Formats: sequence, structure tokens, C-alpha cells
Amino acid sequence: MKKSQKGFLQMLGAKGGFRHGIHPEENKEQTEHKAIRRIPFPKEMVLPLAQHRGAPAKPVVVKGQDVVRGELVAEAGGYVSAPIHAPVTGTVAAVDKLVSMPDGTKGTAIIIRTWPSSSQEVLYRKTVDTDVMSPDELVQAVQSAGVVGLGGAAFPTHVKMKAPQGKTITTLVGNGCECEPFLTCDHRIMLEYAENMIRGARLAMKTTGATRTIIGVEDNKMDAVQRIREAIAAFPGDNSDITCEAVKTQYPQGAEKMLIKSLLDLEVPCGGIPADIGCAVFNVGTLAQIGELVPESRGLIERIVTVSGSGVNKPGNYLVPLGTPLPELLKHAEAMDDPGMVILGGPMMGGAIATTDIACTKGITGVLVFPPESLPSPDESEEMPCIGCRACVEACPMLLNPSTLGRLAQNDRYEDMADKFHMWDCFECGCCANVCPSNIPLTQLIRVAKGAHRQRNQPA
Amino acid sequence: MSGHTDFHKSISMKIRTSPHLKKTLTVRQIMASVVMALLPVCVWSIWLFGLSALVLLITTTLSCMATEALFNRLAGKPAMARESSVVITGLLLGLTLPPGFALWMAALAGFVAIALGKVLFGGLGQNPFNPALVGRAFAQAAFPVSITTWTPAFLPERFTSFIPSSLAFPFMTPADASGWIQNQVDGWSGATPLKMIGGGGDFASATDLMFGTVSGSSGETAGLLILLCGAWLVYKGVMGWKIPVAVMLGTVATSLPFWLMDASVYPSPLFMLFSGGLMLAAVFMATDMVGTPLTEKGVWVFGLMIGFLTVIIRLFGSLPEGAMYAVLIANACAPLIDTFTQEKPFGYRKPEKALNKGGKGA
Repeated sequence: MKKSQKGFLQMLGAKGGFRHGIHPEENKEQTEHKAIRRIPFPKEMVLPLAQHRGAPAKPVVVKGQDVVRGELVAEAGGYVSAPIHAPVTGTVAAVDKLVSMPDGTKGTAIIIRTWPSSSQEVLYRKTVDTDVMSPDELVQAVQSAGVVGLGGAAFPTHVKMKAPQGKTITTLVGNGCECEPFLTCDHRIMLEYAENMIRGARLAMKTTGATRTIIGVEDNKMDAVQRIREAIAAFPGDNSDITCEAVKTQYPQGAEKMLIKSLLDLEVPCGGIPADIGCAVFNVGTLAQIGELVPESRGLIERIVTVSGSGVNKPGNYLVPLGTPLPELLKHAEAMDDPGMVILGGPMMGGAIATTDIACTKGITGVLVFPPESLPSPDESEEMPCIGCRACVEACPMLLNPSTLGRLAQNDRYEDMADKFHMWDCFECGCCANVCPSNIPLTQLIRVAKGAHRQRNQPA
Repeated sequence: MSGHTDFHKSISMKIRTSPHLKKTLTVRQIMASVVMALLPVCVWSIWLFGLSALVLLITTTLSCMATEALFNRLAGKPAMARESSVVITGLLLGLTLPPGFALWMAALAGFVAIALGKVLFGGLGQNPFNPALVGRAFAQAAFPVSITTWTPAFLPERFTSFIPSSLAFPFMTPADASGWIQNQVDGWSGATPLKMIGGGGDFASATDLMFGTVSGSSGETAGLLILLCGAWLVYKGVMGWKIPVAVMLGTVATSLPFWLMDASVYPSPLFMLFSGGLMLAAVFMATDMVGTPLTEKGVWVFGLMIGFLTVIIRLFGSLPEGAMYAVLIANACAPLIDTFTQEKPFGYRKPEKALNKGGKGA
């Protein structure tokens, strides 16, 4: 839709949405109809200990030890941390190997060599009755399962499953927006694992104390909305407190603040969290894993990853054992050998990686491969001065002024950015840089400014 | 090449921070679209005023381009900028001048527009004022007689000979064109529609104004055509619709009470809209992105202010035309407007502590 037309609609006040945002090309048709398929078990698995936010996990196995698929290999390193389970049956080859991490740093990892002849059954499971478990026991069970936010944030889920001190949670929000272009893994999860998702939502409602669940799905996935509604109707017990709502397809609808605004017409206060207004937001993939793992006391050992982009011959949604070296996944999807750019996650917020020599971890939603010729030439991406066109101002979903923020960042005026222009409300969705006709890397400027501002204001 | 290793392969991949998607018009496309939108206005003005208007437009455009090239050279940059904003300035300047304006004066105005209006502040994106209007303001101050000497449209000889005043030698007073005009039309007074304000005369009909078949500056007379070109820009997503609408609203809202008070002295809002340079200013000048506020509310304030100031200057000022100064004054206020209309971010709540402290807290 043209910017001008969008402006008119916004003037008329289309209710139930958030202001601004953009409509990037979706590029989901390559993979949205591809059912989830398991990839073969690789010969060697790499399990970084820090594949979630918070403290890294601590190994509980030693070199040379045999492990069975699903067995605990590293325990949580604190409250905000998650344990790691063996994704394959095999032998531990190392517990302290330095490997490349997606963000370019190095991190410690456990290496497991797969037994080639193993049936790879999950032997570590014990069915439990979640109905008799107390909320605290359930929260503990979620941590023991090693579940983290599977929408990309990789924040340990159990931390969000309890209402923070002094706050009550009334509404659970299931985030099935998947507003990032190219990615379809959540779409497939909603189609194929809707029952697990509802079971997960039930458990999360019990621990958070929420009295209702709303699952928000962008209206470019109406098949998922219908599937979820059918699953809710067919799910045992009274499920009138769980609903599924379609929301407008508009980036960044999947940002939790935007989704809450769209579904409930409530605004999370500046600097606050959803719990401040009684909400807890969970990605649909996370809910599905909670619903699948907790009743069987299993650990999180695999996830669904969308592999797409014009550099891939067999794009699809793959069930990937966590710890699979990325080249193995790319080989299976028949990605090109000399890509120009590889992105982990979606193209709007995901990071480009310098090397594919990394492992698939819990937070990887997608891998996008692009050939060198599809990238903009230096001539096309040349940066020009800001002409004050207001495109970024009309795109920012947080109603900030990215143009001014960018100018201030270029002049190192980080304090002004934070105090007068609300820099810390920016969650780096990338809308401003996406629409900038002058190719100014606004999002990057704000990102760098945040880092510098944090450093300057650190207590010595 | 056989020396490629895996290491080399890794190194050749592009690293950027997100977002990796880019879907927008570029600055170059925006500027080119505005030039495209100005061309019909130029063609219409040439059809109305003939050879002189054509050469005037070429002169201002070339003068602006040459000035920018000169200063780019002095700054050690490539002479030709990679976008065509300078052409916009040149065309706009040409369109605001009377068709018979002496060419040497036009060239000088073009130089001033770019040198003082744009380069002095640091070039594209830095100019607080619309450069074309800076050039025109200079011309108004330096050549007050020439800039208020208009010729009527549709003169029979407009395509075969220049308006005599066009071809004055540099730094010489232009020849009087009235004889040349009187040979072609009888009973010509030389007044433009706006000059009638306060004179108690008949105001030109709105239809004449809309189609530009009246005396006036070369490009300012065809209000309807300008609107159409602006609508195309809005449709293409190049220009926002809010500023032109706000300018027109401001104009109507300010002139309506006067007209209702005494229609024989004060012109109608429709006349105000379509006379003089208002339409050109609303669609092409006020919307010059650099000098406009960034905030959503600020844009409305900016536009309404231009409309208001234009009417006030026209009715009570000593100048017949107010749109130019209205835009320049509003340009100067844009940063201030931005400061006062800064939008509250998503989820903003008034800090309660500040209220208790009585304003000036630590």
C-alpha cells in the first residue's frame, strides 16, 4: 500500500491496530506450504553453553561419557538460565571446546559424536500428571525442560511464567504474528502442533494466574487462525477462555507491545514490561514446546527452522536437532556454496553472520541465504544526507523521531538522545532504516548510540 | 583461481546489521519525480508566455546547476550532484519570476539561490530555507520594479519574439515592454489580479485563475495544473498530502471571515487560493522536505501558518504577493515547531513524581 493511502486510513482511525509500521514484501510463499520435515542426524553435534539469555549452562557430563538422546548434559547456571539436553545418542567428545557463536564472538560448547547406528529414540521421558502439579512445580518443570523463547529472543521461559513480585497477570497472549518476512516456522507450528500449543497455554495460564488466553495471528495466515479455532473447540474440557484473533498484517505486529495494543488496545508503559498491564506474551512455538515437553518431562532438543532465500534450492521448514552444525542444515536445504549474505532470523531484525561455521541453537528461527548478485551494489546503497522526508517518522511504531535520533547519534549526543528523544524506547525493529530514501543506517546508528550511552553511564 | 579456501569464502560474505531489507524510493527517484511533476507546469507556462518563459526557465536552471558545480569543485567534490534537487530549485525559481524578467537578473537570482540558499548551509539536506525562494527574495529586494512587471498571457507574438525586457544587457535596466504589449492587445493596464486587492476593482474570475489565463509570474498562474501535478506526486508516494492541504486550509480559514465581512473589499477564499503563487507555494515550495518540520502535528502547524501569513501579507502588507515570505518565515520556524510538537513515544505516561516536585526536579 502506498504511504499516502496508509496515511488516510490511519486518519480514519482503523481501530484495533498500532500506528505506523511498514509493509515489507512477505516472501513467505516459498515455504509457507512446506510441511515440517526432520533433517538427518549429523555426525557431530555442537552445543554452546550460552544459547539463551542469562547465565550460561554448566556441563554435568565429562569427556568420553556416553549420553542418550534427551539426557541432561548441562544444568542451568542460575535462575535466569536454562539447561541443555543431548540432542543425539552418542559420546561426549569435549565439554569445553571454543566455537564461533552467531554474534561473532567465541563461546564454550559441548561436542557430542553421534552413534551412527543408534535408533535415536528419546529414552528420557516420564509421563507426569500436570493437573496435580502446583504452579511452582510447573515453573520448575519448564526450566528443567530447558525451554526458552523460541521466537528468537531465547529468554528462559520459566522466568516469564510467574507474575513478577507485586504484579498480577490476567491475560496470556500467544504471539503467532510472525511478522518477519520469509519466516514461516511459527505458521507451520500453528498448523501442525495446535493441540500442543493449547496445552502449553493451559499450563502457562495456571502458573501465571491468567484468566484468559488470546492467540494473535496476522491475517495473512487465516488457515492457521481457523486451525487453532478448530483445535480449541476440539480440545478436552471447557476452553471458552482461550481465543484466537486475526490481527492486521503489518510489520512489526509481532513485537509484544504492538500485539498487545492490537489485541487489547492497551499500551505497555515506556520502559515497562507487559506484566505492568497484566499481560504475559509467549511465542506460539514456545507454547507448543511447553505443551509437548512438560507432560512427558522431556528436554528441549530440537526446534523448527525456516531455511529460505534466493540462495536456497530446497527451502522449507526443517525440524533441526539443536546443535546441528549450520553447514549440515544448509547442505540439506541445498543452499549455494558461495553465498553473498547469510542471515540468522528474519531480514528485518536478524543478524548477518560472518561465517556459517556455527551451530543451530535454541534462538534460531530461520536461516536466509542470498547470492552475492541479489545484494544492493555499493552505488545503490550509497548514503546520502537526510532530506527530512519524514518517512522514518511515519514508520516508527514507537512514535519516535528516528531522523533526529540519527543526526544526534552522528554527533555523539547520546545523552540528548536518551533524555529528550526517548532512545531507549526503540526496540530496533528496523522500520526507519527500511524506509530511508537516503540509505542512512538509522537503526544501526541508534544501536551503536545505545551501546555508547550504556558504557558512558556505567557506574565505575 | 584455485587458491580459494574455506576461509576466503567466509570473508567474502557481507556483514551488515539489520534491517537487511530495503524497500523505498531513493533520494534520486524522489528528486527526479518532482522534476517530472514540474515539467507540465513549465510547458503550460511556456504555452502561455512563449519564448521568454522558455529561455527564462533554461537560464535559471542552468545558472543554479553551474553554481552548484562551481562550489562542488571548490569543495573538491564531483561537480555534478548525484540527484537532481538543483534542477528543482532552478525550475521553481524560473516559475516564480515574471515571464519578461531580464535574463541576467534571473541568472543572478539563480546564483544567489544556490550559493546563499543551499551551499552556504552545507548543501542538500542542510538548507533551512527553500533555495528557490531565497533566490526570489533576493530578486524582489534587488529588482523591485522588474519583478512586479508582468505581461499578459496568449500574446500573438509570444513565440516569434522575446518580451523586450528579457534581453537586457547585464547590469542594465531592462527595456520597457509595455509598447510591445500594447501593439498586441488593446486597453492593457499591466495589473495582476492580486494588485486589485484594496483597489476596489473587479477580481478576476476563478476560472481564469485556475487555468492561468491571467497576467502573472510564469508558473504561478495555473492553479489547477499545479494541483494535478501535486496529486500525482502524492499518489506516487513522493510527497505528503498534509502540507498542501494545511496551507490551503489556512488560507481559506483566514480569508473567509474578511470576505464574509465585506465581499466588495476583500477577495473570496477561492480567489486567494488560486491567485498569485499560493498554489505553487503550497504544492511545491512548502513541501520542500528539508525546511519542513518532522513531527506529525508540526506539519499541520507549518502548513496552517503559511496559509495564515500569506493572507495577512496580501491583505495588509505593502507587497502584492505573500506566499513567498510566508514560506520563508515558516521555514525559519520549522525547528521551533519541531521542538514544541515532539510526539510522546508509545506507552508514554506523565511522570507522577515531576508533578509533586512542582516542575523543576533534580
